Amino acid sequence: MIYATAVFAPLLGSLVCGFTGRFLGDRTAQLITIACMLLAAACGIASWYQHIFGGVPNGVVGMGTWIAAGDFNLAWALRYDSLSVTMVAMVTTVATLIHIYSVGYMAHEHATTTRFFAYLSLFTFAMLMLVTADNLLQLFFGWEGVGLASYLLIGYWYDRPAACSAAIKAMIVNRVGDLSFALGIALVFAKFGAVDFPTIFAAVPQHLSDTYLIFGLEPRAYEVMGVLLFIGAMGKSAQIFLHTWLPDAMEGPTPVSALIHAATMVTAGVFLMSRMSPIMEFAPHALMFVTFIGATTCLFAATIGCVQNDIKRVIAYSTCSQLGYMFIAAGVGAYQASMFHLITHAFFKALLFLCAGSVIHAMSDEQDMRKMGGIWRKIPITYATMWIGSLALAGIPFFAGYYSKDAILEASFAAGTPIGLYGFVCGTLAALLTAFYSGRLLFMTFHGAPRADAHTMAHVHESPPTMWVPLVLLSLGAIFAGFLLHAAFIGDHNAAYWQGAIFTADTNHVLEQIERTPLLIGLLPTATGVLGFAIAYLFYIVKPAFPVRLAAQFGPIYRFLLNKWYFDELYDIIFVRTANFLAREFWKVGDQEIIDGVPNGLASLAEGGAGQVVRIQTGSIAVYAFTMLIGLVVMVSLFLFIR
Amino acid sequence: MPQGALTIGLGHYLTVAAILLVLGVFGIFLNRKNVIVILMSVELILLAVNLNLVAFSSALGDLAGQVLAMFVLTVAAAEAAIGLAIVVVYFRNRGSIEVEDVNLMKG
Repeated sequence: MIYATAVFAPLLGSLVCGFTGRFLGDRTAQLITIACMLLAAACGIASWYQHIFGGVPNGVVGMGTWIAAGDFNLAWALRYDSLSVTMVAMVTTVATLIHIYSVGYMAHEHATTTRFFAYLSLFTFAMLMLVTADNLLQLFFGWEGVGLASYLLIGYWYDRPAACSAAIKAMIVNRVGDLSFALGIALVFAKFGAVDFPTIFAAVPQHLSDTYLIFGLEPRAYEVMGVLLFIGAMGKSAQIFLHTWLPDAMEGPTPVSALIHAATMVTAGVFLMSRMSPIMEFAPHALMFVTFIGATTCLFAATIGCVQNDIKRVIAYSTCSQLGYMFIAAGVGAYQASMFHLITHAFFKALLFLCAGSVIHAMSDEQDMRKMGGIWRKIPITYATMWIGSLALAGIPFFAGYYSKDAILEASFAAGTPIGLYGFVCGTLAALLTAFYSGRLLFMTFHGAPRADAHTMAHVHESPPTMWVPLVLLSLGAIFAGFLLHAAFIGDHNAAYWQGAIFTADTNHVLEQIERTPLLIGLLPTATGVLGFAIAYLFYIVKPAFPVRLAAQFGPIYRFLLNKWYFDELYDIIFVRTANFLAREFWKVGDQEIIDGVPNGLASLAEGGAGQVVRIQTGSIAVYAFTMLIGLVVMVSLFLFIR
Repeated sequence: MPQGALTIGLGHYLTVAAILLVLGVFGIFLNRKNVIVILMSVELILLAVNLNLVAFSSALGDLAGQVLAMFVLTVAAAEAAIGLAIVVVYFRNRGSIEVEDVNLMKG
């Protein structure tokens, strides 16, 4: 019961706020959504506690029939296992903090903000539906629900053209992934005749050697399903090739970036991999593909993050990169490690985004780091919490990110496969870059000489308590989450923690092998983290002229990175222009000339013909009479001859 | 029946009717001046038809032909009345009933 409350309280808050917020007023509507979120968070944490410590077994909370068509029956059901309760507890907690933060952040809005809070709660509900789904279709419902909420929130400031186009971009890029996801679900249904998880997972061993025939190849069924589901996950989790929407999504309000595009929604893909682990475990090639994409994204996004100047975009690319880490772990079979990084990442990335929001708030809506600097004395709480978040992100020992990132790198090394090694190398390089851009962000934003104008600098102020209290709470998570959850998620107690929610094949011993990796491998992430910070310190504090000279010297490389590897331009040429061209041709030729042309031509033909025929009617009675008689004669003659 | 006297048979009636019909048709064709002549020609044609009907009715012993002839007479009378009325109105409007001037009926 409390489990269902955790899921449906946000929906209630959203509906009340969305439909009656206009009459309730801003303040009341905000209080209602926050009250609902607090209830949801309490219930979410309680159900997590009950499951992990109270010994409440795995189960399903049924809520009635959804689809009943012939043999196909589908129920609305909430799955109650470690994977779901972990996600529910994390999502409700982070979402609650972000709701509270939003009260302060949106205080400067002139228009009413009830719409914003209704969307935020709607998003939370959809995300909870996604993580608690007991069948693939309900998961897809939540999946599309978060996509919708994301679209609405990115385009929240609908009077800004950039926000509108970013929202549309997010929607369209996600559709590409969703198509593949829907195909994956269809294949699962075709193979198993059901889409609910218990039935699927029980039937997995029966179809181990089934194959499909595609383009002359005969891939195993599970490989195809795995790849299709993963492409769906790539869209949602902004992996390379489908990542272009995430940086643009930063056009939305900062709390949205924190909640949706850092902590929760983008991790849905990682969650999907863990949820489908019983199938993924039997798709080794699909897993290799997962690792490959994850590792590539991880390094690729980190390189871009190093040169971006917009504070939110740096963190956005960092998110992309960290999601890559999670997929590396999932790809080598260490789903537990990927879930661990997901949870720690949710804390420190939400923290970083909210800190960035606080900085932007203090700097009178300035997002360009080149116009910041020297403000750390004026906003000490934001400064301190942002340091904590960055240290956690960079994997400095004893902060949350250290444990999870370390585990992922060790797992990729311990996997002992070439693709695992690729993941390890990319991950280690990305760890260096991560520490570098984190340090760069901190030093450029807070240290050095102020680069903003005097008016802005005079206005710099610490945020109100509704904003800094969530920062402090999240920074506690960023400090302690790794240390506290380490043993439970991936350590000795992992079997007891997960209780079978994540399936690992008999041949998968990655987690045990993590403990036996060489000491040097274990120390490597720490070393790269410290080194990255040192380089950033050298570049942006000791010798601020050096990075400028470096950028000038390696101009092409710098521009390549600054323009995000030209992905947007490439897609513009390949897809956008082609689509525009085709659309214009279909419009001009297909629609205007053919579809409109045929009826128009027939009409003008009839008109012209009638214009000619009308000349026969001279109006002369004599001619008419003559014609009638001739007609009579002809008829009679015909009657005579043809009878 | 006196010897040598000409017997009036069906053929004679039909001949008269045919002559009347041809007269009517030529009246319509050759007349260029007067609409009333056209009306009269139409009456002639109808008369020819009536004659045929009555002749055949008598020859075949079927009264239906004569009944039909009565209908035709009625129609012819009505047609003459309406036709003349139109001609009168037309003359009042246009001051002429020459056939070649009657040319307003075009689409």
